[in-house]
This record gives sequence, structure tokens and C-alpha cells, in this order.
Amino acid sequence: MCVVCGCADSGKGAGVAGQAEPHSHGHDHGHVHEHVHVDPRHGDLHFGGGAARVSVPGMSQARTIKLEADILGENKRIAEQNRRHFESHGVTALNLLSSPGSGKTTLLCATIEALKLRAPALATCVIEGDQQTSFDAERIRATGAPAIQVNTGKGCHLDAPMVAEAFAHLHQHQHQHDHHGHADARSLLFIENVGNLVCPALWDLGEAAKVVVLSVTEGEDKPLKYPDMFAAAELMLLNKIDLLPYLAFDVQRCIEGARRVNPALEVIQLSATTGEGMGAWLDWLMKRCAPEAGDEQARLRARVAELEAALADARAGLRSPAA
Amino acid sequence: MHEASLAGGILKLVEDAARREGFRRVAALRLEAGQLAGVEVRALRFALEAIAPDTCLQGADIAIDEPEGQAWCLPCSATVALSQRGDACPLCGSHQLQPTGGTELRVVDMLVEDD
Repeated sequence: MCVVCGCADSGKGAGVAGQAEPHSHGHDHGHVHEHVHVDPRHGDLHFGGGAARVSVPGMSQARTIKLEADILGENKRIAEQNRRHFESHGVTALNLLSSPGSGKTTLLCATIEALKLRAPALATCVIEGDQQTSFDAERIRATGAPAIQVNTGKGCHLDAPMVAEAFAHLHQHQHQHDHHGHADARSLLFIENVGNLVCPALWDLGEAAKVVVLSVTEGEDKPLKYPDMFAAAELMLLNKIDLLPYLAFDVQRCIEGARRVNPALEVIQLSATTGEGMGAWLDWLMKRCAPEAGDEQARLRARVAELEAALADARAGLRSPAA
Repeated sequence: MHEASLAGGILKLVEDAARREGFRRVAALRLEAGQLAGVEVRALRFALEAIAPDTCLQGADIAIDEPEGQAWCLPCSATVALSQRGDACPLCGSHQLQPTGGTELRVVDMLVEDD
């Protein structure tokens, strides 16, 4: 018996209604298809729909022969596949992480609306991760952006195979509906992870960057209480700052705590409700979406130039007091 | 909670090896979960024990080593001990630390038996 969904070894996926038709799109992760239920209306994916109501990454009915000592090795392999896939399609993928209720979906809706004005040619789509329901994907679709819901069942995080599957569906869907002929232009993919400040930190999805959202209603010590997430992120969005007058939230202390865990962490303060600070967030997004941002060597060359300039400044500073 | 997923990943590694090497039962399994790997060792052990029945891990003696966290301190230009993220450098008190060790999460080796 399969310990993931409770189905028999025959691979029939007992007890799962509306099984996805197996299909192929060039990736070696066939086992996912046997455990996933696809919503026929929007193509939303529901993992953990089997008898055990849990989806365990790295486990499969069709066992592979390859042995990897790294426990997360299988996930990393598929994440790298995703990364190459995103790059070849000109997609900048961002993994959005936070605890439940930090305002990720509201922020995404506001971001999509703002991007329509700021960069009308930039296509945006969303993969929504939750344990249950398609509420969030529906909210995103209301903005006009394509969205696909991934339900993890009892799972506490998205993993790389789920994202690979969701992206394939999203991509298929977009091609069907693409009447504008700019399918090869750069686009932005937001992956809204399951609301959880612990587990998703460990699972690489193939994203270009992890963005952690923290709202000021949550308490300023969260970066120190949940350090792994803040260590893994490149950017922290401090959300709901319009509520600061009503709260005893020390912004400086919060940022200091986050930088203790991750000295290189960038921070943007904003409010998705009032629009304050959204400009800086859009600037950051546009920078990440610029074609050269996808070129790792160009990024590293720019970083080397930056560091050399800082070194030259420091040297000049050392010389001048002596002179 | 993610320890259950990790236990699933471990079982898969072991079962793949069982198929490749042709063994039936694991007597002892040794894992490494570094101090900075983001894993609660007790939860991982619990998840492994929960998943073991009716698999080749049933009855296996599970040892989980916890390599100590290490980081490179930029101001000190030295490797220092770091038991948890967010702690300061024990030498200079700076937080400009880049973890370099104790982040590993892997299956080290196992003692297997053929029935």
C-alpha cells in the first residue's frame, strides 16, 4: 500500500475522485499525477486528496533507483529543473512566505493592480498555495491575472514537484488564452506559499528569490523567533504600516532583529491598503524583472563593481586623515 | 510538521538503496541534522518511528547526529561557533555571520540485514 494516499500498489489512486489524466510535459516527476486531483474549471490542483489526506514530497509509488544522501536532494533536483524552465520562458519567479494573515493575498492583488498601470506589458500570474479552498486564487483572478490554486491537503508547505505541476497547467492555460502574441516576453510569477513561518523555508521551489511578508500586527520579535525563514529570504516586506499609530510595534527593533539573522536582508515598509510604500516594492520588482537580472554573471559583475567602488572609497577614507 | 515530509524523504532514500543493494531490513540508520538545518530532531525521530511499521525501517535503531553550527565572522575573519541563527559572534559580538557548517541534512549510513 502506498503510505502517501493509502491507495493500492497498482497506482490506481483508490478513493480519489476525478483523477487527473496522466500527461507529459518533459519532466521526470510522473508520480505527482497519481496523487493530484485537478479541478476541471480552473485547473486548480489539490494534493493530499487520497485516503491519507497528506502529500509527502520525495515519496512516490514509482520508486526511482537513484540514491541521494541529501534528504532534500530530490526536491532540490526538481527545483533546479523549475529554475531552468522559468529562465527559459523569461519568467521571474518569487516565493512569497509569511504566517497566515499577514496580508499576502491583499498585497498581491494591490501589486497586480499597480503593475497594470506601471508596466502594462508585463504579464503576471500567480500560484496560490493553501491547505484547502480556492478562495485566494479566486481573489487573484478577479484582478484579471491568471491564477492556479494548489491545495496541499494536510501539507504545511509547497514543494518543487507541486510548483512544476502547477506551472505546467498555468502555462498551458496561458497559451490557450494568449491572443496578444507576447508569450515570449518577460513575465512575473508570484508563488504564494502556504501561510507558515517555519516549514516552507526548507523547500526550494526554483524561485529567483524568497520574499518574506511580516505585518506590524504580528509582533516585532518574529524574525528572531522564526529565524530560518528570515535567513532564507532576500527581501522582507513590512506590511500594514498604516496601522502603526494604533500599535506598540517598534519598526527599528524589528528590522534590527531581522538583520541579525540575515545581514544582507533588504526591507521595504508598505501598506497594501493605503498604497504607502508600494512604489519602492514595484521598483524592486521591476529591477528583478529586467532581462539582465536573469543573467547571473551580469549580476555578479555588477556586484564586483559595487564592492570595488566601496573598497576604493574606504581606501580614500583611510588615506585622507593621514594626509 | 515538515519533519513528516523529511521522514518520507529518508524512507524513500532507504527503500531505493534496498532495491539497489538487495537488502530487506535496516538494523541501524545514522542521520545528520545540523544545528542550523531548521529541523527539530525530536519531531524527526517521532515522524520516522510513525512511518517505520511495515517498511524496511521497522525496528531500526535510529541515530541522529547534530553537527554544531559554524559561521564565518566577517569582522573577525574567522570561523566561530553558532548554535542558533540570530546569535552574535562569541568573539566580537557582531551579527555579520555567514553560516558555514551545521546546515547539513543527510543520511550518513546504515547497517542492513538480509532475511
